[in-house]
Amino acid sequence: MVTYTGADHPPFRLSMLIYDRRYRSLTLQAIVFILVMVMASWLIDNTLRNLSAMGKTLSFDFLFRRAGYDIPQQLIPYNSDDTHLRATIVGLLNTLLVSLLGCIAATVLGVVVGVLRLSSNWLIARLMTIYVEVFRNIPVLLWILVCLAIFTEVMPAPNAYRGENPAAQMILFDLIAPTNRYTAIPSLGMTNPPGTIALGREAISWALIAYVVVIVVAWIAWRRLRVWAQAVQDRTGTRPTTWWISLAIFAVPLLLLTWYFGLHLVPPVLRGFNFADGINLDNALVVLWLALTLYTGAFIAEIVRGGILAVSRGQTEAAFALGLRPRRTMSLVVLPQALRVIVPPLISQYLNLTKNSSLAIAVGYMDLRGTLGGTTLNQTGREMECMVLMMGIYLALSLIISGGMNIFNSRVKLKER
Amino acid sequence: MKKSVFFGSVTAVALAASGALAAEGDTLKEVKARGVLNCGVNTGLIGFAAPDANGNWSGFDVSFCKALAAAVLGDATKIKYVPTTGQTRFTALSSGEVDILARNSTWTFQRDTDLKLDFIGVNYYDGQGFMVRKDLGVSSAKELNGATICIQTGTTTELNLADYFKANNMEYQPVNIDSNAEGEQQYLAGACDAYTTDASGLAATRASFADPENHIILPEIISKEPLGPAVRHGDSNWADIARWTLYALIAAEEYGVTSANIDELAKSSNNPEVQRLLGTTDELGKMIGLDAEWAKRAIKAGGNYGEIFAATIGEQTPIGLARGLNAQWTQGGLMYAMPFR
Repeated sequence: MVTYTGADHPPFRLSMLIYDRRYRSLTLQAIVFILVMVMASWLIDNTLRNLSAMGKTLSFDFLFRRAGYDIPQQLIPYNSDDTHLRATIVGLLNTLLVSLLGCIAATVLGVVVGVLRLSSNWLIARLMTIYVEVFRNIPVLLWILVCLAIFTEVMPAPNAYRGENPAAQMILFDLIAPTNRYTAIPSLGMTNPPGTIALGREAISWALIAYVVVIVVAWIAWRRLRVWAQAVQDRTGTRPTTWWISLAIFAVPLLLLTWYFGLHLVPPVLRGFNFADGINLDNALVVLWLALTLYTGAFIAEIVRGGILAVSRGQTEAAFALGLRPRRTMSLVVLPQALRVIVPPLISQYLNLTKNSSLAIAVGYMDLRGTLGGTTLNQTGREMECMVLMMGIYLALSLIISGGMNIFNSRVKLKER
Repeated sequence: MKKSVFFGSVTAVALAASGALAAEGDTLKEVKARGVLNCGVNTGLIGFAAPDANGNWSGFDVSFCKALAAAVLGDATKIKYVPTTGQTRFTALSSGEVDILARNSTWTFQRDTDLKLDFIGVNYYDGQGFMVRKDLGVSSAKELNGATICIQTGTTTELNLADYFKANNMEYQPVNIDSNAEGEQQYLAGACDAYTTDASGLAATRASFADPENHIILPEIISKEPLGPAVRHGDSNWADIARWTLYALIAAEEYGVTSANIDELAKSSNNPEVQRLLGTTDELGKMIGLDAEWAKRAIKAGGNYGEIFAATIGEQTPIGLARGLNAQWTQGGLMYAMPFR
């Protein structure tokens, strides 16, 4: 008979921290944790000590001093008398603008290309493959520079539109003038403006508020209409024709508003050196938007393709068997299921696009990196503060995007009960 | 994992070592130990600092680096040129990446104090101007209302531009660019109506065009831009060495010491100031931690201030800048070396 003494509770010896598998991992983790902490504290201490040795103290006072420089594209009023803080906000808004435009366009492009890549049309599928491989495998900075070169070298200068026999013609009923500086597009004008309400230095037109209210009310009415149509269908088995009512709900009040305010397009006119009256879409924005869209779109296309392939072939066949046409099968059966696979990697593409937008400096687009991390940093010499602030803002931005997308993901993912 | 921890600690030790060196603040000792002078220059501005096809740097600012390297290390070729943009230059200097910044940088109050730099003197008195195409039909900067203007970010010219247009109640659309090369490209492509930077820079840029005669520099000079080399704040001895090397070049021109006659003058000159400058009498060099012949080597490297000016940006070069404010004080200019005594 074998006696088993102390098998359940072997006496603990110090050497077991190294030789015993059960404790070894804990020991290693403790050592690594201590080392990481020591290094982090050393780094912070060293930074602060070196800064004070150079006579620099950590201070964010510079944010409230006069910036003194101008920014080409501003979404909120700004001039050189404003503070660095306001310049930072202008830059942040520019970052958000190009990221938002980029995410929307890249998603549309990615979904279309991803679906077309699976097309049974050989030529279309191969063309899409070429697009994806070319754009995915060349660094985005190069695409940005290529787009910029195309826009500055190929497009005519504003001067080319001048004179009796201009070298360049405005396109689309003389409404749009692409130039090598910007694309001049028409702005909106009103013959009967309803006045504005002032919000600080920004003013919001009552017309805009009226439009928003009308659209919201129309949307609610449209939802009610659909509920009613569904109820009728459930009761009688035939769905009443509603498309013209839906159209009228939106179109009639909007047309009335437009007629009342006298809303019309104001075409850009060449005045002095540049086009005036219209909106001049800076080439930096267009170029950055285009390059980020094409680049990220290629990645999203692959994600969408993978998501669609992940939906079992049987689903498509079942849908065909029920008599659904290919387009309806895609939008009603395959895509909703594919979304569960698509959304999580899509989040990281949105984050990538937002972070890649900091390459804006290459085309002189004044985003957060261009204002806070560029001119402000340079004029004030506060490298540490600007970098820390910029990293904090990008981190917060990414966490917000990822948080929002996670909420969306939890809504489309498979509900397990 | 063990490996990464090991490499992590190696990196940490290396960082600590470099940090300690930078903090010590003895640039002279560091440069001598290294045997090479790290000199921050422009990324490429013909006449001031530009590499040729073989990668050899030359120009007005580069010549100052050569003189300094000759004075400190005894060899004008022992220089590592670090190209810096308007954005990176001051960070490169304050982080210790370069020992001296000779990159047509304007001496301003805020840079001298808040940025913790020491400008050691002025080697070129400049002012900001505008360049436009002749066929634009503009003859004065006052006619630029509404124009699109290319501007280098992170420069004093960016601030002057904003101030000038505001003061004159005019509007403009800035196009931000990162380097002179990018500015040149955008300006030539017509992406901006005017290009603005220091007048000397405009002349240098125009000289590199295929058709310089089709571009004019407008008469208005809208700012004072005293350009000079800068060192880090807090190392007075190194600042002294740089400052007096510059003065040695300026003084040499004043006293007629050139790279051609310097050996002869060192032996035969009766002028006590020249004798002190060239280390024939007194040993001024010892007082700044160098030997007696430091200034002689500095002048020999590329000639005196006037010779350097004539060879790199003067009227005989494609850039064609007149001496103007940069003539000796005896000729009605502002170049004035402090006494070598």
